[in-house]
Amino acid sequence: MILVDLLVCVAMLLAAVFAVFQRSLLSAVVLVGFVSLTASYLFLRMDAPDVAMVEAAIGAGLSTLIFLIAIRRTEEEER
Amino acid sequence: MRDFVAPVLLVLLAVVLWRVAPFDTPENLGHVARYYLDHGIQDNRAANIVTAVIVNYRGLDTLGEVAVLFLSVSGAVFVLRRREGIVLEPARPASEIVTTAARLLFGPIVLFGAYIFSHGHLTPGGGFQGGAIVASGVMLLLLTERDRPMPHAAMTWVETWSGFLYVVAGLVGLALAGSFLANQGVLPLGAWNTLFSSGLIPVIYVLVGFKVGAELAALLDTMVHAGEVPDAEVEEGA
Repeated sequence: MILVDLLVCVAMLLAAVFAVFQRSLLSAVVLVGFVSLTASYLFLRMDAPDVAMVEAAIGAGLSTLIFLIAIRRTEEEER
Repeated sequence: MRDFVAPVLLVLLAVVLWRVAPFDTPENLGHVARYYLDHGIQDNRAANIVTAVIVNYRGLDTLGEVAVLFLSVSGAVFVLRRREGIVLEPARPASEIVTTAARLLFGPIVLFGAYIFSHGHLTPGGGFQGGAIVASGVMLLLLTERDRPMPHAAMTWVETWSGFLYVVAGLVGLALAGSFLANQGVLPLGAWNTLFSSGLIPVIYVLVGFKVGAELAALLDTMVHAGEVPDAEVEEGA
């Protein structure tokens, strides 16, 4: 089980780093959403289901959508 | 510069995670945590100790958080509601399948959110989580049917009254138990598997759920329609 956790951590880190260096803002937002989702899994593993629910609903769900709306209203590529 | 910073950050974070990996629950709790665990149910009448801490021991903080969310949402809405007459190119309409699925799922999602915030004192979750889930149901509708009219008056009404009643619930605690947001009276002692228990906590969490749901839904609606002139005014002007 700890192996799965470490794998999730590595995936989370990679997604976070890729999100920083992504030219396309759309992919960056999706990657940030993925980071939130993995963080939510880790909260669950550390016996904090309340925090995991907040992270999944707000971090992965609503804030991703708000970013997407903002991108649609502006530009899709980083300058 | 960037090429240099990323690997360094990666290594540092890996070290932190490696140190955190043997994480375990501490054997010796601090004084405050020990007190909460020993006295939580008698003092606060909530079976779920996390909720007891959030809504009761730290009840004033939660009221503050609700106020912070209210201020930030009203700030965003104030800025985004300026009617500049922006006309967006019409988006590709969602397909029949997506629209139908969104309509079907909207009810169950809102129901699930209501379940989360009304069972905050028994199961993980509570007002904020449930409210966010309700708002994500609204988000689904906005994604598929952008121009569906939203009941703005009802949303404002729900938000205003739930915030007001939260403070009233605090005053009920003041009247019945001698301190603001205290948890005596109203409903019986906290017990597992009993919906109507835990004093004022479920009342407060339902109010928080309504307030957060209405606020976030209003925020999403404003984001989607930012800068547009409402249809009604276009018709009047024409």
